[in-house]
Amino acid sequence: MTLIENNDHKAKSILNTLYPRTGNAWRIGITGPPGAGKSTLVEKLAMECVKHNLSVGIVCIDPTSPFSGGAILGDRVRMSSLFLDPKVFIRSMATRGSLGGIAKATKQMCDLLDAFKKDIIIIETIGVGQVELDVAGIAFTTIVVLVPEAGDSIQTMKAGLMEIADIFVVNKSDRDGADKMVMEIQSILEMKDFDRIPVVLKTIGTEGKGVTDLYKSILEHKDYLKVTNKIKQRMQSTIQTEITEIVQEHIDKQVWRNPKIKLALNRFIDNIINGRQTPYHAADKIYAIWKKLGRKI
Amino acid sequence: MKQKINKENNRINDATISGIPVKIIYVPDDIKDLNYDRDLGMPGQYPYTRGVRQTMYRGRLWTMRQFSGFGTAKDTNKRYKFLLAHGETGLSVAFDFPTLYGRDSDEEISAGEVGKCGVAISSLADMETLFDGIPMAEVSTSMTINGPASVIWAFYIAAAEKQGVKSKQLRGTIQNDILKEYIAQKSWLFPPKPSMRIITDIMEFAAQHVPQWNTISISGYHIREAGSTAVQELAFTLKDGLTYVEEGIKAGLDVDVFAPRLSYFFNSHLDFFEEIAKYRAARRIWAREMKNTYKAKKPESLLLRFHTQTAGCTLTAQQPENNIVRTAFQGLAAVLGGTQSLHTNSMDETWALPTEKAVLIALRTQQLIAYETGVANVIDPLGGSYYVESLTNKMEQEAYNYFKKIDKMGGMIKAIENGYPQREIANAAYNYQKQVEQKKRTFVGVNDFILADEKLEMPILKIDHRVSEEQNKRIQTLRKKRNNAQVAKVLKELKRVCQTKENVMYPILKAVKAYATLGEICAAMKEIFGVYKEPPMF
Amino acid sequence: MDKKLRILVAKPGLDGHDRGAKVVARALRDAGFEVIYTGLHQTPDMIVATAIQEDVNAVGLSILSGAHMTIFPNVMKLLKKKKAVDILLFGGGIIPDEDKKALYKLGVGKLFGPGTDTAEIVAYLKKYFKL
Repeated sequence: MTLIENNDHKAKSILNTLYPRTGNAWRIGITGPPGAGKSTLVEKLAMECVKHNLSVGIVCIDPTSPFSGGAILGDRVRMSSLFLDPKVFIRSMATRGSLGGIAKATKQMCDLLDAFKKDIIIIETIGVGQVELDVAGIAFTTIVVLVPEAGDSIQTMKAGLMEIADIFVVNKSDRDGADKMVMEIQSILEMKDFDRIPVVLKTIGTEGKGVTDLYKSILEHKDYLKVTNKIKQRMQSTIQTEITEIVQEHIDKQVWRNPKIKLALNRFIDNIINGRQTPYHAADKIYAIWKKLGRKI
Repeated sequence: MKQKINKENNRINDATISGIPVKIIYVPDDIKDLNYDRDLGMPGQYPYTRGVRQTMYRGRLWTMRQFSGFGTAKDTNKRYKFLLAHGETGLSVAFDFPTLYGRDSDEEISAGEVGKCGVAISSLADMETLFDGIPMAEVSTSMTINGPASVIWAFYIAAAEKQGVKSKQLRGTIQNDILKEYIAQKSWLFPPKPSMRIITDIMEFAAQHVPQWNTISISGYHIREAGSTAVQELAFTLKDGLTYVEEGIKAGLDVDVFAPRLSYFFNSHLDFFEEIAKYRAARRIWAREMKNTYKAKKPESLLLRFHTQTAGCTLTAQQPENNIVRTAFQGLAAVLGGTQSLHTNSMDETWALPTEKAVLIALRTQQLIAYETGVANVIDPLGGSYYVESLTNKMEQEAYNYFKKIDKMGGMIKAIENGYPQREIANAAYNYQKQVEQKKRTFVGVNDFILADEKLEMPILKIDHRVSEEQNKRIQTLRKKRNNAQVAKVLKELKRVCQTKENVMYPILKAVKAYATLGEICAAMKEIFGVYKEPPMF
Repeated sequence: MDKKLRILVAKPGLDGHDRGAKVVARALRDAGFEVIYTGLHQTPDMIVATAIQEDVNAVGLSILSGAHMTIFPNVMKLLKKKKAVDILLFGGGIIPDEDKKALYKLGVGKLFGPGTDTAEIVAYLKKYFKL
């Protein structure tokens, strides 16, 4: 796993060998603002899965400090009851510069857990406040966790979050405003066009209340995707994203590591600062250089 | 070789250790808005800034109470008798980690920690041994216990009963401050909601049966030890206290019935005047809030009485004898700040629990302050100092700034659940560490004035394997000897009551008297109440 | 390759004094390490299970309660049992010299005393892992 995360030269061959063994696990993404109780909910959900004799892989993601490149991965603090469970495997990851709430190698980490025959994979996003939508690109069921206090901000959050959620969870629902929150989410959802209106659930993560319902809703959503064959669409788009990213990475490497392009880039930057060129013009030129080089390769 | 001369470097000298900016001199203009009657008053008069008693130390000196406990109950019993024989005037029980955490000595997770940082108390039998030959009707006892406070208190009440002492005669304190456990000390058991319920049950039980007992010692000590600033200690501790008051009122108790039994526990850290200002501000804030916000009528409800312990986190492993001097300054600050009781740390406490010699020097330090320096003769001798009054005002303002932020979050319990005070403290701790590492703060013997190749020459108290072996044997004998059918019955009854609104103290006392162990009782309660998990904070 | 050193910082036993562990965790992050923090009250089993799942390079334990002669040897034993001896075990706390010597003999890495500069810990790890 570390080799994959480090993008080691052995990574590609490992993934190539293991990829045919994937396809068994159901991938669940959990996202939401900080303090929503995601980790605790993940712990309780994993316990519920284990109760149904399913094995669970958990990938939790924390932000990398942009200043030092280091990170503190602290999600495990809330999951200590799972540490000794042989059916549960937890892996913490740092974003390492990726911005959408998950780490760059998250998808690959899920593939590995899948190949190791985990039945359920839960991905917990960092939860630092900005909209973290990327998890929906790799999960089959996406759960957005909110708390009653988030009521005021729901109007601003609905952009994006409303679209990616398959299930909404209002956690810490013993607090004031939980029912109001549920109603608000439902009323916003009703105004939108959905093939399937997302379910809105109430939970109290710390007490494990509502987690059985959450588990059932995930199974229902899984059935729904399978019956309607929408799972195929999801997988198509996931795979497409992945291939795009891999190709993108190749191209980036080729382009930016090329000495000729490096040289040209520096020259263009000077030109732009001195007002002799525009960034768009420079980009066109770099593309042209690369195309010419590409023919030779 | 040429001798190097120490020169001034980039040290911070324009701020207190907590970062409050200080001027080079203070003048009348700095306290021009101070109104004597409104802001200070006479000692024993509202708002009690100058002290809670009219005569203060001329009437009665502070209680010299050394926090103490190690090994088995028998070992500690011997130490208590030693301290009382040398002029200590109250007892203070330090429990080991398993006890603080509601675990029995023979549980797996207790391995290696039995009797190490305090005394191991797993059942009523241990408590009986701990106070063997000590007249419980006469001595006042403070017990640093929080998560399992209800059970340990029941041990104490039951042990006294065996001595023929009625609960109405008992005097003392249980710390029982669960909010600061979530914030700083981390020896919690249950989540906040059931914890608050147990605390109001205790307050109610005390009002009826143990009226001279202090039911909560609202503690800033551990908040400070976790790395907070003086202002954070003041603000979070008082906010905790006011939260208990709110919960008591919500539970239907009369504020003037339980508030007089609340007391405080503060740290005394390195910055001399800042500490004194902190105690003075604390008294004033408490009196004003209790009177104006919570409408307390009895004067006793407005009094902030407090115990002080010198700051363990300021002691150094290097050149440990210097700790005697540090402790003396800190003890002096507590006395000038008007403390009701005091613990002075022993010089060897970064290494281990204190030896007899070390604890005797610590006790003697208090006696020196009390009987030789003359500082106890005049009440609040720093009152009116331009600097101290100005700093007292500043501390009060800063505390209110925190109150406002916490109120905005929906109160202290919500703030704790969101990790707010925890984060503020972790930030302060990290900043302080950086200042020490960058030598902006001098720590004598640690980052400056270091002795090269220093060897520890002090004897260290060792707790050997004998302790846990003895403890395990004791518990196992107890489990065999007692009436186990009765134990099962009382534990079942306890679980039933936990699910109702009835007072949990009654079934706990029953269970204790049947010799159910601490671990068994806490496990039964955890089954109903659940356990707490901390939010991850850095 | 984007290699990062991963360090598990754990607080074993019942002692709740986590100021030191947290300060060290932060300092390691600020030095560019990825720090896995598991919170309080970890048993040796939990620590080793986490170390293996997270594939860490080193485990740092903070023990202030005097239980070091029980906990360090137990963790060491479990690491060996799980064939994870490549993981460096180091720590901090109040540990008398004679105990330190005994633990070094067991193969425990450096043990830092109270008042240690966090930079010293960072430097030790960097040197150990040849960064």
